[in-house]
Amino acid sequence: MSASIEEILTQALQALAHAKDLAELDLVRVNYLGKKGLFTQHMKELGNLDPEQRKSVGQVINTAKNSFQEALDSRKLNLESEQLRARLAGECVDVTLPGRGQAIAGLHPVTITMRRIAKIFADAGFNIAEGPEIEDDYHNFGALNIPEHHPARAMHDTFYFDAHTVLRTHTSPVQIRVMEASEPPLKVIAPGRVYRCDSDMTHSPMFHQVEGFLVDTDVSFGDLKGVIFEFLRAFFEKEVQVRFRPSYFPFTEPSAEFDVSCVMCDGRGCRVCKHTGWLEVGGCGMIHPEVFNSVGIDPERYSGFAFGTGVERLAMMKYGINDLRMFFENDLKFLQQFN
Amino acid sequence: MQVSEAWLRELIDPPIGTEQLVAQLTMAGLEVDAVQPVAAQFSGVVVGEVVSTEQHPNADKLKVCRVNVGQTEPLQIVCGAGNVRPGLKIPAALIGAVLPGDFKIKESKLRGELSFGMLCSEKELGLAASSDGLMELPDDAPVGEDIRDYLALNDNVIELGLTPNRADCLGIEGVAREVAVLNKMAFQPRAGASIAVTHQETLDIQVEAPDACPVYLGRLIKNINQAAVTPLWMQERLRRCGVRSLSPVVDVTNYILLELGQPLHAFDADKLSAPIVVRYSRAGENLSLLNDQTIELDGEALVIADQQQALALAGVMGGSSSAVSEATQDIFLECAFFSPLGIAGKARKFGLHTDSSHRFERGVDFTLQQRAMERATQLIVDIAGGSAGPINAVISPAHYPARLPVKLRSQRIQKVLGITLSNDEIGNLFQGLGMQVAEHTEGWEITPPGCRFDIAIEADLLEEIGRIVGYDNLPGSSLLMRTELGKAPEARLTLDRLQDCLVDRGYQEAITYSFVDEAMQTAVAPGDEFIRIRNPISSELAVMRTTLWCGLLTAAQYNINRQQTRVRLFESGLRFARLNGETQQQKMLAGLALGSVCAEQWGEKTRNVDFFDVKADVEALLGLTAGGLSFKPGQHPALHPGQTAEIIDADANAVGLLGMLHPNLEKQLGFDCPVFLFEIAQDAVLQRKVPKFAALSKFPSVRRDMALLVKQSITAADIVDCINGSREPAVRDVSIFDIYQGKGIEEGFKSVAVSLILQDFTQTLTDSEIDAIFRRLLEKMTAKLNARLRD
Repeated sequence: MSASIEEILTQALQALAHAKDLAELDLVRVNYLGKKGLFTQHMKELGNLDPEQRKSVGQVINTAKNSFQEALDSRKLNLESEQLRARLAGECVDVTLPGRGQAIAGLHPVTITMRRIAKIFADAGFNIAEGPEIEDDYHNFGALNIPEHHPARAMHDTFYFDAHTVLRTHTSPVQIRVMEASEPPLKVIAPGRVYRCDSDMTHSPMFHQVEGFLVDTDVSFGDLKGVIFEFLRAFFEKEVQVRFRPSYFPFTEPSAEFDVSCVMCDGRGCRVCKHTGWLEVGGCGMIHPEVFNSVGIDPERYSGFAFGTGVERLAMMKYGINDLRMFFENDLKFLQQFN
Repeated sequence: MQVSEAWLRELIDPPIGTEQLVAQLTMAGLEVDAVQPVAAQFSGVVVGEVVSTEQHPNADKLKVCRVNVGQTEPLQIVCGAGNVRPGLKIPAALIGAVLPGDFKIKESKLRGELSFGMLCSEKELGLAASSDGLMELPDDAPVGEDIRDYLALNDNVIELGLTPNRADCLGIEGVAREVAVLNKMAFQPRAGASIAVTHQETLDIQVEAPDACPVYLGRLIKNINQAAVTPLWMQERLRRCGVRSLSPVVDVTNYILLELGQPLHAFDADKLSAPIVVRYSRAGENLSLLNDQTIELDGEALVIADQQQALALAGVMGGSSSAVSEATQDIFLECAFFSPLGIAGKARKFGLHTDSSHRFERGVDFTLQQRAMERATQLIVDIAGGSAGPINAVISPAHYPARLPVKLRSQRIQKVLGITLSNDEIGNLFQGLGMQVAEHTEGWEITPPGCRFDIAIEADLLEEIGRIVGYDNLPGSSLLMRTELGKAPEARLTLDRLQDCLVDRGYQEAITYSFVDEAMQTAVAPGDEFIRIRNPISSELAVMRTTLWCGLLTAAQYNINRQQTRVRLFESGLRFARLNGETQQQKMLAGLALGSVCAEQWGEKTRNVDFFDVKADVEALLGLTAGGLSFKPGQHPALHPGQTAEIIDADANAVGLLGMLHPNLEKQLGFDCPVFLFEIAQDAVLQRKVPKFAALSKFPSVRRDMALLVKQSITAADIVDCINGSREPAVRDVSIFDIYQGKGIEEGFKSVAVSLILQDFTQTLTDSEIDAIFRRLLEKMTAKLNARLRD
């Protein structure tokens, strides 16, 4: 009987060794330990033996069974780790291959620039306003203290639909519309498309401006200087120098143009700044009392400043774009550079 | 305005260099656009006189000249110029001279003859772009004098880009006044001296429009020397200020225009039949102008006329019939003040823009005419002789531009500019600018001079202070103002978010012109009424777009023509359409996709984008919004009739479109693959859902599928709407997971597989309850859609 158990154990251990995978291993387990397994059979037969024998034979069977169980567990562990190794090896990929699916595109550099400008001002509590692009000449000119035949109208090459309807030549009409509709204090930024009847290397018939204005009691020219200065430093993320030159706009008085130290050469003088060290960025000034009068704001009580700047121009400076026309050709090779 | 620096310095000579002077002007609001030396760098060139010329023994075209350059002996110089002749005075470059381009003059032998220098043309001295022959100097040019000194070539042309308010600086005297103030120097304009009157003849003058012409001075100058030539110094000054020398009389009028900013006009007196009348033109009257243009006048133009005809467009341009010519003996010299409003717009109306109209439109000093007339007469008589008659002046002071005192409060200076100025400082500053200053309880009263048309209110005076003190010297301050907390309106969806969504789904943002080619506009939206720009920049940019597709399609073509095979673009902006006689400016968001769904890649089979790819992108946009938008089959002339969806809002208003470009248009526009387009009104998608919590059911949900047989024409939306409209409270979700037509399905029918998620809030649904719901839904669909269960 004992010999027989030993034989079974030997066979069983051999079978374990021969099992190639977990499924075969499980068959072996069932074959020996299952309900009808060989070890199980022997255990069942113990009942036929006398108690003396039952004990010793039982011990022999148990010992054999335990040896088998141990070998089985160990073999299972082996096979499992082997299987895992095989799976891992099989699932190895070239992780340097690109991912699958849609790639992210990007915003137009004009939008990127307008959003940055809007953010800089919105963080300081400026509200964003918009206005129509087809404007009446009152909002585009008259209310801004540019009467008919004023030489300043000639500075704006205007697209007309009829004698009194134009494509807005600047974002300043938004200033009028906001002041007509609301009471000071006002802190507003108005980005948008504007149009001038002019097209060459440095002029586009359509471009973008950002208009900003602030109206409150006690607003001074110093506040205007401070805001422009801080804005330009925030926009260029550089310690740029800023200068203000007297200029003329019918809707501001005093008026100024503001220049930034050339962002290409840091003001040392280069081709881009025509060796002046300065780049013209925009116009600004204290809102003209006539403008306040035309919108019913008391110029004795309130004062305010306004400024305007070209978005394409700022984008060109910031990103080193050298051709204005690229903005509206929408060449993907150009646009994708800003993704 | 171009200014000769040397001329300016003759009037006021501050102890600063050119660079500093230029910076000063720019920072005072007279922006310097450019500074150019009047001549290139050269040295060692003197005035020479050709003593004799002999034919070169070995060269037909060369002459051997003896030239007096002020040394003890004349020099032998070989010259090939056609105009070289004895007695001629020319610039002679001596040995050691350096001409422009670092060209050094050395002793040399030309075809065997020694040459000790070179005779020069204007081109060789860098004074002109081209020249034929030697530069001929006047007979009185002093032999041996350095040509740079003789021609005053150590000078720069300063180009000022003047703003329209600074008409006072359209004459060099005005610029000098500014320079004086900026450098705290005294400046006195040249005093006007009366010239001796040598005859008493005058022409009668009638001013019928005194409002437009408050000052009109005329004077006859008789017997001028027709052979007179303009002196070199004046020719040079005119040239440096950008004016061509024509004849002494015209040159003098231009010289005064440059010096004082006062335009004058000279008529040929023999061609006039007095009296001279300043009047408004009569409609239909013709006038031939000096530029050979004949204009037909309306009733609004101001003209100078005689008894016969209109002679000149006042303040703009003279007429050809009365123009001075080489044969002119007697001139009638006009020096007037036309009011800006009388002239404004008149030149532009006839497509004209002259030095004269430029000044009168902006404002000429109305106190200047007497002085300008005397100075011009003096110069004409000095140069061309002639005898001057008395000045006939018609003046109506009642129509002078107002020069009222303007109040300047010291408190306002402090408040706006942040500085305080003493009484003396204010006095010096404004008096220097030619203004009268009177003290006042709150500050001062300042009266502007005749030359300043831009000082009417206190802010104008503040600008003057700021300008002269220097904007950079005014204190800057940090933004100290009332702040308020920001707002975060949750129900508002920003355009930024929608744009970002499209960017994340692979759409590149484009910005296209708002005006488009009419052909594209009518091809894409034949039914839309569009508006036309009256003065377009070109026919390709002539009408306002009624859909953003015009620009997107053009941009797609542009890229396809540059080897792109996959284009995904979007744009946001206004469309402009006429609706019920009104121009609507509607904010839109539009997109275009063509080519493969994804950029070609190793892991996915390349497949062209189709309707449902683009629809998914649009649904992603709608998913951000408050909802209530749905799709229904639509029609649009630019789109494929079977692949067009209209996007409608809860009230069934059309708010957008989605579809495939019509194959005909696809071909017409030169695409060789399907193009998908969408456009949505921004107003419809800028609302966001503010979330509201709903309790979760504790009970399990069940999924039940049904395969329905319906007619082809029944849409997915019909089925989903029918189920959602059934008000079965347990139906949580409906989705269509398969559409099948073909084998086993009757022609004209399709099988739609719908899955339902059922869940109750109070209990676990039993099979019989589920069956009942299922049966009720089916009955409803049978009734409404004629649907039946597929076997």
